[in-house]
Amino acid sequence: MKIHEYQAKELFRAFQVPILQGFVARSPEEAQAAYDKLGGTLAVIKAQLHAGGRGKGTFIEVPTQRGVQLVRSGQEAAAAAKNMIGNRLVTVQTGAAGSPVNQVFLEQGCDIARELYAAVVLDRAEKLPLLMVSSEGGVEIEKVAEETPEKILREHFDPAHGLMPFQVRKLCKKLNISGNAAKSADLFFRKLCEVFVKLDCSMAEINPLVITKDDKMIALDAKITFDDNAMYRHPDVKELRDVAEEEPAELRASNSGLSFVKLEGNIGCLVNGAGLAMATMDIIKYHGGAPANFLDVGGGANTQQVTEAFRIILSDPNVKAILVNIFGGIARCTTIAQAIIDASKEVGFKVPLVVRLEGTEVEEGKKMLRESGLAIISADDLTDAAKKVVASVGK
Amino acid sequence: MSILVNKNTRVICQGITGKSGAFHTKGCKEYGTKMVGGVTPGKSGETVEGLPVFDTVEEAVKQTGANATMIFVPPPFTADAILEAVDAGIEVICAITEGVPVLDMVHVYDVVKRSKSVLIGPNCPGVITPGECKIGIMPGYIHQPGKVGIMSRSGTLTYEAVWQTTNLKLGQSSCIGLGGDPIVGTSYIELFERFEKDPQTEVILMIGEIGGDAEEKAAEYVKNHVTKPVAAFIAGRTAPPGKRMGHAGAIITGGKGTAAEKVKALEEAGIVVAPSPAEMGAAVAEALRRRK
Repeated sequence: MKIHEYQAKELFRAFQVPILQGFVARSPEEAQAAYDKLGGTLAVIKAQLHAGGRGKGTFIEVPTQRGVQLVRSGQEAAAAAKNMIGNRLVTVQTGAAGSPVNQVFLEQGCDIARELYAAVVLDRAEKLPLLMVSSEGGVEIEKVAEETPEKILREHFDPAHGLMPFQVRKLCKKLNISGNAAKSADLFFRKLCEVFVKLDCSMAEINPLVITKDDKMIALDAKITFDDNAMYRHPDVKELRDVAEEEPAELRASNSGLSFVKLEGNIGCLVNGAGLAMATMDIIKYHGGAPANFLDVGGGANTQQVTEAFRIILSDPNVKAILVNIFGGIARCTTIAQAIIDASKEVGFKVPLVVRLEGTEVEEGKKMLRESGLAIISADDLTDAAKKVVASVGK
Repeated sequence: MSILVNKNTRVICQGITGKSGAFHTKGCKEYGTKMVGGVTPGKSGETVEGLPVFDTVEEAVKQTGANATMIFVPPPFTADAILEAVDAGIEVICAITEGVPVLDMVHVYDVVKRSKSVLIGPNCPGVITPGECKIGIMPGYIHQPGKVGIMSRSGTLTYEAVWQTTNLKLGQSSCIGLGGDPIVGTSYIELFERFEKDPQTEVILMIGEIGGDAEEKAAEYVKNHVTKPVAAFIAGRTAPPGKRMGHAGAIITGGKGTAAEKVKALEEAGIVVAPSPAEMGAAVAEALRRRK
């Protein structure tokens, strides 16, 4: 689960991770009021969007408006907010259709001495959380990792004890941070790691992380992703979810307990198991087709879920054929066969449907489909299924 | 021979009174697994499938001599259940539960590594030695005793591979589902070490997927330490970066963990990589043939 920058900063405030003062606004009037409340001669207005690359992004409706802008008066703040709110921002991460902006965040300006980068992630290899800090702030960290990996400093820490003071001293030494700035860094990094552990984050990224001219370390941006599996113990964090940011079909699928990812191709896939679902996408591509989605109905899928899965697949106008690939283990082939029959009555298949069943109760399942009178293209194995579905689209 | 479990393994089920726990206890028992009991706190004295239920794993071990467990307790209690099994000296712990918070596993992993227990999972189908012992949720009948050692991060894709090797009359020595989470108890490398030493295993199949660098590390290990032929498949060649493909672990981040990188590392280690999931069995046969 992802949240907005302004929400991440509210959490930071609660955990004493240093941030600048700022207010969220949902209308030009609120933006103007927020500017006045900040009381300075300069503020930054930022479109709130889960995707990154806002600074360089532009709005579809107002191509001259960027996703981040400096403003020097309440009127300027209101004008920028008017251009942003209700419109769609296109960044390198959103795709050409962009994402809707429903709120903006106004923040104090500050005098920046240095820009750094910091992120806390889980290092799967070491099985420990990892703080990464780089002197190259404000730029794409992937690029730094690729070209100058030595510029990324790494400190693992034990979640039970948090980041230790000596680890911050090591970082500061390498980054040439001293005096009051080093004191500020100690507070900042240790509190950031504390947020990561206490709120079950899967990533907390600060880019840029700045040191001000008066030697304070402050999070200028904040991106947090949470471990969905741990959200049961953070009901307050769970409420920060913004469904407007989610792909509608993916949201619908998650509401039905299905795991769905929309892709660009034209062959819809319905599979049980994540690994097999991925492998099914792969074999379609291998035989010259393009999958329209990843869809895992899971092991215990019932008829209602499978029917909803068909509805979701068919709601994509790009879909020209569907491949059902089931290896029944716990899930029985007869359950899936029944679901296909029910779904066809309710949804109606206007595109070719290729079905490959294997595993528990396979013969009975195949018989049910044969006797249903449905125009189903039956396949014997994975290769056969992939070839048939690719051929049916080619026609 | 086989690895981890065999006909003498004595198995309990933690969470045996729950729906899934009871259902799969029945399935394992019918397969021929020596199921000896179950644990659900507060339900001692009850029976499930004719097996005694205990309040604690310690008590279950004392009364039944259990040395393996399968865990079906809900995600918030899984870490506790695994640690209880470790504390009771259980040798093989299969955590089937899906949805365990990853930070819980940081602590659990640490404790397991300092113990004598082996943890398989969480979020996995379990482990099976065909014809002898099935611990987990895999359909038993697709297996056949034989020579292929199979390990995988995915459940149904393992079934696919098992089915293909059964149809080729190769059979399996043992099959292990490592689990689809970012932190799981056992790595490919630890299983390669066991399969290498197991006389029944003649060829090893590793089924990987995108994300992380476990497959690359395994390839390095195979190059230096494994003398038996090895085949592999990597799922997710067509997965776009930044999108999580079902498994919490299956995500390409920052351009790392792509299928192309993994396939390259595997091939450089002399491993036969199946180009499509339909050819996993064929890749195993090819690995065996090259050997001869």
